[in-house]
Amino acid sequence: MVFALTPIVSFAGPKIEVLHWWTSGGEAAALKVLKDDFAANGGEWMDMPVTGGGGDAANVTLKARIVGGDPPSASQIKGPTIQEYDQEGVVAPYNIDSVAQAEGWDNLLDPMIAAVHKCQNNSGPYCAAPVNIHRIDWLWANKSVFDSNGISIPTTWDELNAAADTLKTAGIIPFAHGGQPWQDATVFEAVALGVGGNSYYKKCYVKLDENCLRSDTTIKVFDQMRKLQGYTDEGSPGRDWNVATGMVIEGKAGFQIMGDWAKGEFTAANKTPGVDYYCSSTPSDNGYLYNVDSFIFYKTDDPDKVAGQKLLAKLMMGKNFQKVFNLYKGSIPARLDVPMDEFDQCAKTSNADIKTAGAKGGLVPSFAHGMAQGNTMKAALQDVITEHFNSDMSSKDAANALADSVLQNM
Amino acid sequence: MFKWLDKNLPKIVLAPSLGLISWFVYGFILWTFYISFTNSKILPKYELWGVGQYVKLWKTHKWLIAVDNLLIFTVLFLVICIVIGVILAIFLDQKIRAEGVLRTIYLYPMALSFIVTGTAWKWILNPTLGIQKLFIDMGFENFTFDWLVNREMAIYTIVIAGVWQSSGFVMALFLAGLRSIEDEIVKAAKIDGAGLFTVYWKILIPMMRPVFFTSFVILVHISIKSYDLIVALTQGGPGISTTMPALFMTQTAFHKSQVGLSAASAMMMFMAVAAVIIPYLYSELRRENVS
Amino acid sequence: MSANTTIASYKQLEGRSKITNLLLRWFLYFILILFASYFIFPLYVMLVTAFKTMPEIRQGNLLTLPNQLNFESWIVAWGGRGYGAGDTYLRPYFWNSIKMVVPAVFFSTFIGAMTGYVLTKWRFKGDRWVFLFLLFGCFIPYQAILLPMARTLAVLGISNSILGLVVVHSVYGIPFTTLFFRNYYVSIPDELIKAARIDGAGFFKIFFKILLPISAPIIVVTVIWQFTQIWNDFLFGATFSFGKAAPIQVALNNMVLSSTSVKEYNVDMASAIIAGVPTLIVYVLAGKYFIKGLTSGAVKG
Repeated sequence: MVFALTPIVSFAGPKIEVLHWWTSGGEAAALKVLKDDFAANGGEWMDMPVTGGGGDAANVTLKARIVGGDPPSASQIKGPTIQEYDQEGVVAPYNIDSVAQAEGWDNLLDPMIAAVHKCQNNSGPYCAAPVNIHRIDWLWANKSVFDSNGISIPTTWDELNAAADTLKTAGIIPFAHGGQPWQDATVFEAVALGVGGNSYYKKCYVKLDENCLRSDTTIKVFDQMRKLQGYTDEGSPGRDWNVATGMVIEGKAGFQIMGDWAKGEFTAANKTPGVDYYCSSTPSDNGYLYNVDSFIFYKTDDPDKVAGQKLLAKLMMGKNFQKVFNLYKGSIPARLDVPMDEFDQCAKTSNADIKTAGAKGGLVPSFAHGMAQGNTMKAALQDVITEHFNSDMSSKDAANALADSVLQNM
Repeated sequence: MFKWLDKNLPKIVLAPSLGLISWFVYGFILWTFYISFTNSKILPKYELWGVGQYVKLWKTHKWLIAVDNLLIFTVLFLVICIVIGVILAIFLDQKIRAEGVLRTIYLYPMALSFIVTGTAWKWILNPTLGIQKLFIDMGFENFTFDWLVNREMAIYTIVIAGVWQSSGFVMALFLAGLRSIEDEIVKAAKIDGAGLFTVYWKILIPMMRPVFFTSFVILVHISIKSYDLIVALTQGGPGISTTMPALFMTQTAFHKSQVGLSAASAMMMFMAVAAVIIPYLYSELRRENVS
Repeated sequence: MSANTTIASYKQLEGRSKITNLLLRWFLYFILILFASYFIFPLYVMLVTAFKTMPEIRQGNLLTLPNQLNFESWIVAWGGRGYGAGDTYLRPYFWNSIKMVVPAVFFSTFIGAMTGYVLTKWRFKGDRWVFLFLLFGCFIPYQAILLPMARTLAVLGISNSILGLVVVHSVYGIPFTTLFFRNYYVSIPDELIKAARIDGAGFFKIFFKILLPISAPIIVVTVIWQFTQIWNDFLFGATFSFGKAAPIQVALNNMVLSSTSVKEYNVDMASAIIAGVPTLIVYVLAGKYFIKGLTSGAVKG
């Protein structure tokens, strides 16, 4: 039983303790690459996995560690939450900034993505490292179901509704959906971006403008949500996202709206994009909802840990890790200079679209996945969206409830 | 000195437990009380801020739903678990063959973590996978059992799964209680000509008062802390219709970064427990002394 | 079951006809088996799922038997695949849990028994309030006190250790164990104690020689409760321990609740059942003492 009593030996050299929730499948495989790299560079990696609730359980552990005065060296924190931790004074003195400067992160990242990972209100030193870019507004469709019903990939929401009607008549569940709050919000933001347009999305969900939230456009967005709800089956509430993906794979349902991690389910079932299924963006005007996973590096006085943080930050932004990790995870590299030839069709589309979207003003942060707003606001929006989707609340009431919920949490 | 020690030995034995509970329960409640008056967001802060968190709490729609659900769930869960527990204990006490096997079957749900059992329950209760599908496949085409996905009914499915997990333990408590009673009492009653039903109803069940008391505390404890059960089955949905206070508290503090608001909700829970449950417990204890 | 149960029901029913007797007996078994099937049903679903392959599960017939018994998921759940990354499996965490559960159950049960004994057999002014004071600890939602607990453990220097978890579980077990023992001892006649005191028995002698020997059923109940609570705890385990020192529930959770990767339900179900085995063993073993009169001679004497 040696493993049970692994002594904490003093170890001179880079050392890191990483709190994360990537414990299985492609995510874990990807993380393994990083661990091996870290070990190859003489570092000691202390793994600290805590899964559950998409990181909720890890949040509990993280806060307990910080309050106990002993934060982990790095943890999975993203978006505006990075700034919230910085303001609590647990991140400074920004140990990884020297690495970021030496490696020239400013030139390797899109300025918008780079800003997210800089502390002191997005303009100071780097304090977090991005590992990928997920796209949220994906439409996953079963090709043979679409083909046999004469449906092509919809380019407007009206076309999507028409396609859904066709499927419904044919006795197929049109919309595979898992009715959990975060999934409802995922669909909602894709609809908001498509139906409302890019500037509407930014005004409402990035700037949280009250009039925008109460506007007729928001009502239209909720109307479309109600339509989509009509295309789900009765087993939808509470369903896990991957079960919904399974319905598309099996041809029981026509399509699903979900981030690009859904691709992993298709790959696991030996399905090929373009042959067995379609991956395309949900209808929008060159919109692209991004979600960047990243690691934040906390304050520590231990020189070994500081060395570990620096090494990890360097490896995370390394070309090799960014490629391998994203091949596994379904997303695309955050670093701009990674060659895309080994990636599949869906990832290539994503990589091309993000550039177009950036040029045309459609590149927007996802609020459902904590990129546009901190956790408080994210939850305030999500609660109303899910309540509307799962009840007979009118679109007008929902729009007002959305604005009220935002105001209450300002 | 020795005499003093002898006289106060019981109190000395009691002291460590009292000390530990004072700190780990009451000390921490005081901490929570203090934090509920601060504007703590992502982490606890110690500057006082006022009663804003309480005002906000009672304006939060989700909290009101959580409180409602707690009442519904607690009452049903308590009553059903005790009824099933008592029936099973009495029946098992009738020199049943294979008592050990049955007892283990009734108890085993407690052994399994709800993280995974919840998935099994979710499938069973899901209309397109579980019981409803089973009956439809058997030819009952109009059979519906869609509580899990029905906003009004979903809370009752949580009761079903909760009862499944906990009623076995109530059975064990009552069985232990029944077996602490002297055979002589029962024999005497029988000599007086009492029937089996009367022996239980008039003599044994009233003697089980301390067991009812224990079951009450255990079950209320489970229902106040219901978290895994709900996360596994509904995640508080459909929508937010099955939110319960423990889920609200956890989400608010750790997911929504509102530590202060979460502390306020925890304080409301403590006060509710103190106001409703303590008087019951105290009156039970008094009664027991009198009789 | 050679034990004498509370009631000799056959004798009781002597007056009635044999047929009524038989019918009652059948009814009894019918109800018992009916409930047994309600309790078994989810386990059935879990078992068949654990033996299925993933393609079979994807087809979504949760009640059908597997085409063939697939043991791979059980092997993977316990010992991993031996290759690949993220190879989380239960085996390394098993002992962590044992090392945590055994002392924590022992301490909390012992403290509870002593406290229950004092509160019923050595009564003093205000003992009811003391009991209520302890009992209120049952109602504290653990999520609300994690942060001060983290601080306390850090100050004591036992955060991130099995010892820390033993302390936490022992302390929060006290209200429950006290409740169990107090409410059991309260129905034990005080005359027994008085007689022993007249015979010159002291505080500890009375406890060990008189009360403890007749406590078998309540010890069983307490051990079952404490063992289950502590073994199945995820919250404290995930918050106050990490990495290789984590208890089994944290590992189970990490295997099952990954965020956005492919789910293997067969391995999940097998893991959950394996993780529940020690508790089941306790139920079966402890159940043997779940009979009255094992040592009840002490009471009658």
